[in-house]
Amino acid sequence: MGPPNLSVVTASTAESVPHQMTTVPRPVAPGPAADEGLARRLKALACTAPLHDLDVRKANLAGEYSTYAMAEVALAAIDLVTLTMDFDTGADHEQIVARLQPRVAAQTPGRPAVEHERVARWVLENLINVGSVDRGFRAVYGTFGTDGAYVRRDYDFKLIEEVPGPGGSVYLRTTDEAVNVLVGALDTDVTSAQIAAEVKLEVLINRGRLADAQLAAEQARYRTVQYAETLRRALEATRRDVRAVDWLRTVPDMINEALDHVADRYRHENAILTNIRKARDEATEPDHKRRAAELVDIVKDCIRRHTQLQSRLLEAGPLFRAEQDRQAFATPPARAGLDLYGQLIAPVLPLPVERAVRVTDAFFARGTGQRTPAAVRVGDLVDALLTPPVEREHLGAEMPEPDLVATPEDSRFSDEQLEAALELLDLPHDAPRRLSGLLAEARRRDSELPYLVALLAVHAASPPVGTAYRQGERRLLFAVDDGTPLDDPEFGGADLIVGAALLDAAGMAAERTAGEGAAHRAGTPRAASAQRTATTAKQEEDPR
Amino acid sequence: MSEAEYPAEREPEQHRPSAAVTPADTADAARLVAFGLQPKLLPARDAEYAELIRRHREDPAFARLADAVAAGLGLVVLEVSPRAGMAVAAAEDSVFAVRMGDYSRRAASDSTDRFLHGLAHLAVAAMAFPRPADLADDGYIGRITVNGVDAFVRQACRRLEERAEETGENTDPATDAPGLEAAWRVYARRSATGATKDARRLAGSTTGIVGKAVGFLVDSGFLQRTGDESGGTYRTTARYQLQVRDLAGSAAMAELLELGVVPVGDGSATLLPPDDDAADLDLVADAGLPFHS
Repeated sequence: MGPPNLSVVTASTAESVPHQMTTVPRPVAPGPAADEGLARRLKALACTAPLHDLDVRKANLAGEYSTYAMAEVALAAIDLVTLTMDFDTGADHEQIVARLQPRVAAQTPGRPAVEHERVARWVLENLINVGSVDRGFRAVYGTFGTDGAYVRRDYDFKLIEEVPGPGGSVYLRTTDEAVNVLVGALDTDVTSAQIAAEVKLEVLINRGRLADAQLAAEQARYRTVQYAETLRRALEATRRDVRAVDWLRTVPDMINEALDHVADRYRHENAILTNIRKARDEATEPDHKRRAAELVDIVKDCIRRHTQLQSRLLEAGPLFRAEQDRQAFATPPARAGLDLYGQLIAPVLPLPVERAVRVTDAFFARGTGQRTPAAVRVGDLVDALLTPPVEREHLGAEMPEPDLVATPEDSRFSDEQLEAALELLDLPHDAPRRLSGLLAEARRRDSELPYLVALLAVHAASPPVGTAYRQGERRLLFAVDDGTPLDDPEFGGADLIVGAALLDAAGMAAERTAGEGAAHRAGTPRAASAQRTATTAKQEEDPR
Repeated sequence: MSEAEYPAEREPEQHRPSAAVTPADTADAARLVAFGLQPKLLPARDAEYAELIRRHREDPAFARLADAVAAGLGLVVLEVSPRAGMAVAAAEDSVFAVRMGDYSRRAASDSTDRFLHGLAHLAVAAMAFPRPADLADDGYIGRITVNGVDAFVRQACRRLEERAEETGENTDPATDAPGLEAAWRVYARRSATGATKDARRLAGSTTGIVGKAVGFLVDSGFLQRTGDESGGTYRTTARYQLQVRDLAGSAAMAELLELGVVPVGDGSATLLPPDDDAADLDLVADAGLPFHS
């Protein structure tokens, strides 16, 4: 605020400034900066209103929905959309509904899944605000104008918007407002905020506070997404019109900056990744281990996004050159024409809509072409109405018989050879054999057969125990190396002991059902019980 | 009129009095106008149409007659040529004119929608003919996509929004005066697309509005659909160029001037100029970089 420089401003006015609300008859508006800050906070507050509104309006839903925490579901939805947003498209509507359901179900486990889906859908549709024509929200707030008059203004915003995807599909993207609501007041520079978050993350990991570290990593990812979104818009504008962006300085600078940024982040995040991996592997507490593993996933996702961003940046140059060729080497103008953008659209857009509509009306009235009015004869109308509809062919045209060509047999071994090899390896469970003996016997039958037998024996060295267990097989071929070297003209290595193990199919089946129940309850992996079966198989094989 | 009689008539045309117009000539002239009213029909596809076009170009008396028939029907003749056929446009009060109320029922009552529909048509034209030279060049064929038009207007709106933010201007309209809301803001806050129950484009979204505009222009014979990418891709026809250049563009300009806005153009394109100092840009004048201040 400068010193008073008008002669009419006297010293007494300056004195009265602290009490101006009482001494000056008309209250003067607070300073523009304070008012602007208030308006900004009012807008930020307005962005959260749709979420509160959900919890208020859930009472109006037909049914008992008061147990659901709608704001929580809404925040989760915004999270999901933000994280699934990538470069080209956004999040798929159905996918978001599906991924919201576990959270909804967790709130009321006793309710039917149909109701959970209904709640997820209701929340998502309300965040889009499907009912309104703008598919957005509006809040009213008041400000003081420069003349001190109080003006009510409309603030329009969206939380989740629908954007067109390839092939006419519709995708969801979170808006900047939603990201700000989600992450907090993000009124800061994107890059520096990201650096700050990552430094914080490293410190947290060093102190072993992984819970906080995960929160920081997630915030870093939101910022990464936001950064990518900013760049995507710039590149899109370039693709649409070369003239829209300054390709002499601004865009190359931006691309260089972004590439530097990607390189920097990539190095940084790889370092973090190494650190967390170490933390994950060294952590003894299972909870820490799990958190570190989640963190690894998040950072990996950040790296993936950076790589995607980088490939886009590298495509930008060739894209510009192609567009420039297309747009710049057109024939020079024969005569000056009307510049539709510069002389019509650009001047019209800043006008108030009630004035702008006159220009667009004038263009519409003459720019749409003419329509020939229909003139109907009553006789034709009667005929048309009485004509029975044409029968539709339901089945369509007949499909031609496909012409099939037999593909030549190109397997290394024939079916007969496989049968012979399997017959050789069909060993009694109490009489395992050495591989050398099997090979010699195979060689007597067919010179190719030893290769197949050797292959099957090597496979048997790591028998598919899990598969056999799941399928309830009765016997399983196995091979064990007891240290004896193989003496054979064609093959080298260990002279494996090949045998068949009998599996306890009935016992396994019983254990399987019990094991599955346990897996459901406590998340025990099936591999553990499979391991037990393998041991059983070994024990059976022992008294050979 | 058959071709056999035609050369016989052409000879005496200079000194023949205008009273010699026969009902057959009038029928031919009206037939030509009738062809012109089918905007998708091209002379190259119809021998009779092509012959009438040739006669219009070579026989001034017949040309006057055909133009008079068109004028009587409330039609403005923009061009008669083999490429465009008889390009006629409806005069304002003609029965052939399209009214906003018939075009969109919602637009008739809601001035916001009315503006958006009009702006969509203007934006389609601006994207189809981005430079003044494109509009002037008879051989130019513009290509547009529905999503491209929407993105183009959104970009223009975003620039205005950024500019308003830079100057610290509060663009939120006063609640009791919605008509004073800036035009760009109306477009910016309408959603670009939306899911519907039957997987069609949401009619009230901006891509829905642009999609309706291009669909209508296809029926007017102004655009031809070439593909489904980006919400539908289209190319312009000669008639569209004529209509925009000779009729719609100037009508809108006149209205803008009446509003007291005088856009000055020097014939060069101004489509989305870079906003920082233009002084350095003459470096690239001949490098093929289409920058304009």
